[in-house]
Amino acid sequence: MRKFAIIVAALALAAPAAFASEGGGSAAWQQWHAGNALGDRASLQRGARNFMNYCAGCHSLKYVRYQRIGEDLGISEAVMKANLVPPGAKITDYVVSAMPADFANASFGIVPPDLSLITRSKGSDYVYRFLKTFYLDPKAATGTNNLALPGTAMPHVLSDLQGLQRAVFGTGGHFEKFEEAVAGQKSAAEYDSFVRDTVNFLEYAGEPAKLSRATIGVWVVLYLLLFTAVAWLLKQEYWKDVH
Amino acid sequence: MANAAEGAAKGGFRAWLNKRLPVDEFMQSQLVGYYAPKNFNIWYFFGSLALLVFVIQIVTGIFLTMNYKPGELTAFDSVEYIMREVEWGWLIRYMHSTGASMFFIVVYLHMFRALMYGSYKAPRELLWLIGMCTYLALMAEAFFGYVLPWGNMSFWGAQVIVNLFGTIPGIGPGLVEWIRGDYGIADSTLNRFFALHVIALPLALALLIVLHLVALRQTGSNNPDGIEIKAKLGANGKPLDGIPFHPYYTLKDIVGVGVFLIGFAIVVFFVPTFGGLFLEAPNFTPANALSTPDHIAPVWYFTPFYAILRAVPDQRLGALLMGLSVVAFLFLPWLDRSPVKSTRYRGWIWKLALAVFTVSFLALMYLGLMPAEGRYVTLARIFTVGYFAFFVLMPFYTRIDPVKAVPERVSYHA
Amino acid sequence: MADMAVTDDQEVDQSRRRFLTAATVATGAVGAAFAITPFIKSWNPSERARALGAPTEVDVSKIEPGQMVVTSWRKQAIYVVHRTPEMVAALPQNDARLKDPASADSEQPDYAKNEMRSAKADYLVLIGICTHLGCLPKQHFERGDAALGADWPGGFFCPCHGSKFDLAGRVFEGSPASVNLRVPPYEYRGDTLVIGVDAQKGVA
Repeated sequence: MRKFAIIVAALALAAPAAFASEGGGSAAWQQWHAGNALGDRASLQRGARNFMNYCAGCHSLKYVRYQRIGEDLGISEAVMKANLVPPGAKITDYVVSAMPADFANASFGIVPPDLSLITRSKGSDYVYRFLKTFYLDPKAATGTNNLALPGTAMPHVLSDLQGLQRAVFGTGGHFEKFEEAVAGQKSAAEYDSFVRDTVNFLEYAGEPAKLSRATIGVWVVLYLLLFTAVAWLLKQEYWKDVH
Repeated sequence: MANAAEGAAKGGFRAWLNKRLPVDEFMQSQLVGYYAPKNFNIWYFFGSLALLVFVIQIVTGIFLTMNYKPGELTAFDSVEYIMREVEWGWLIRYMHSTGASMFFIVVYLHMFRALMYGSYKAPRELLWLIGMCTYLALMAEAFFGYVLPWGNMSFWGAQVIVNLFGTIPGIGPGLVEWIRGDYGIADSTLNRFFALHVIALPLALALLIVLHLVALRQTGSNNPDGIEIKAKLGANGKPLDGIPFHPYYTLKDIVGVGVFLIGFAIVVFFVPTFGGLFLEAPNFTPANALSTPDHIAPVWYFTPFYAILRAVPDQRLGALLMGLSVVAFLFLPWLDRSPVKSTRYRGWIWKLALAVFTVSFLALMYLGLMPAEGRYVTLARIFTVGYFAFFVLMPFYTRIDPVKAVPERVSYHA
Repeated sequence: MADMAVTDDQEVDQSRRRFLTAATVATGAVGAAFAITPFIKSWNPSERARALGAPTEVDVSKIEPGQMVVTSWRKQAIYVVHRTPEMVAALPQNDARLKDPASADSEQPDYAKNEMRSAKADYLVLIGICTHLGCLPKQHFERGDAALGADWPGGFFCPCHGSKFDLAGRVFEGSPASVNLRVPPYEYRGDTLVIGVDAQKGVA
């Protein structure tokens, strides 16, 4: 039955993807998929850690409570408090960024957006592409620019991990490829899974119910099949009268 | 299947009750005593299914209202609160959002059934008109409901639709301000739309549905052959081709309900956004009066009419044609001059016209979701012509259509 | 009748019909029961309500002897009194004037079902809601308080209907309230008093 759920989910995901790929001529990065799996709890836990270490300084998840993250992802309260809940915050608090809005406005000219629903409004693939397409741009105030969100005010906070890359643009300004400029602490594969875990966590944060929704759905559909079968037998029995 | 006489004779509570409230008599006259044609096919499920979706929407809506807070500062947050912090809130919300789209799927199929079998023709003109009023009320209900989550699509959808009233000559601008209660879509707009969505229109819908059923009982159901079964009565005064609605059609409808709920559950549990058709991605960003979503389109069930609006290069004419495209259905009983009801016994001209209309409607639905540029606009114009041709030319082509002889009795194979 | 669309009842297998009807009704009833469950459960305290009802913490080392701190837990006033040794020593003298001196009929965790009605003799923790009709009793800790007479041993007085409680929250004879003030579940983590959680039951 899980297979069935996966097929249905895949069809749903494939529909918009089919429209997206219609455009033609798009660069390779626009075809990248996050390929994350909500069923992978270890990945979700790593993603939660990544978020708290690298994103939570500026970005909030204002609809998500630390406690709920712990319960949903199987992280004990002690571990949550020791590693993921910042000092001064209670475990029942929402994940609110430590950065005051005034300071953010002054430094970046924008308040970093809340990320509770980023995967729902933009999609997991978008977040994945965004985190992987920072490139060096001397014209940008932060020193880097981004292919998924050109002109982004966000600095490449993960450059220590990924390193820095140059974007090579061909004739007509079409993006061709990335070239490594400065090596990071992580290999390309390690950084990729780091981003994938983080996106996975954000997809969970966008809809916590998604962890259990399909499993419940399988039982509901099985029940309805049974009910419909019984009702059909009853209907057939009565309709013997009609000729 | 106890009849009224039996019920009264039994004594006890049932007799006590029936003396005071005509329960058995009502069941007898409305369900058992109501004879429906025996040859209903799959198209006849959608009436009872529409009633089912109405009930689902009312029940889930009542429960959503318990936690939803209208207001520009609270609406979006309260929806997320329902989705995350209310126990099973996500299920109730997804049932309601899926129910909205399902309502239109079911209603469109119900209406198409009427087109195919001529169910709007005499003596069922009023039945059709009441049904069309229900559909108009449903459109309003859906629009107001769509604004309530106060996402960015809610906001800009409200902006565009409300501004349509601004195209009315003379009173337009004042009217728009009056509808909004402010100089833009604002808190006051959201609050009045909330009141209309949860009280006024559900009441109107309930009343219209009752009237629709009463009118149906009066004329009796049409059927795929378009033959009046009341014309051939048996010795007992009941139609020869009729069978008691209960138990035959109640049991058959329960099977239909089961099949429908399977599809409903698959959407709710596996694909609640339905690839952005039932719940749109930009609506997961709060309403922002300073940022229009890149690509703005109404929900799929409004897009055929929206595509007509955009197909016309003139603003006022576009709004007028869009209005006409909905209202045109009201005139069907008088536009159709064919002596035959069902498509089964009509000629090739009618079949071609119906096909052109169906293709136009579906194509416009698709085009309304696409950006209004290039070949999409050209196509939308072509299909707009096809759409209106169906109505405008109907008095002519239905008169010259080579119809077949209609049999005396319905066709039914057990 | 052969002309009619429906056959006479005689040819029908009634037992099969009864069985299938019962099966459909039973299956449908099970489904209906499952279907209404989410709606009923949606009325439970939400996560927000539960987060707001999470245990409340009080640093008892900051409370001076003879002082009371009022905090709240689950929308109820919580009184935390730092009793002086004299206050504690005087408690047994009230027994004869109390309705329920041993707290047999009153509501408290086991560790507070004693003469002191508390886990630690120094600190009294009470739900500050009169057991009569729900007003907040006021603190009158002085012996012989002018308003309450020369024999007043110190305690709480409810302004609504005049219920009197001693410094262990026990109700005096002659009060409209019939049971002692309730004690919430609590535990100590060092100097921190955690109200709403205890070693016996975990988070309440």
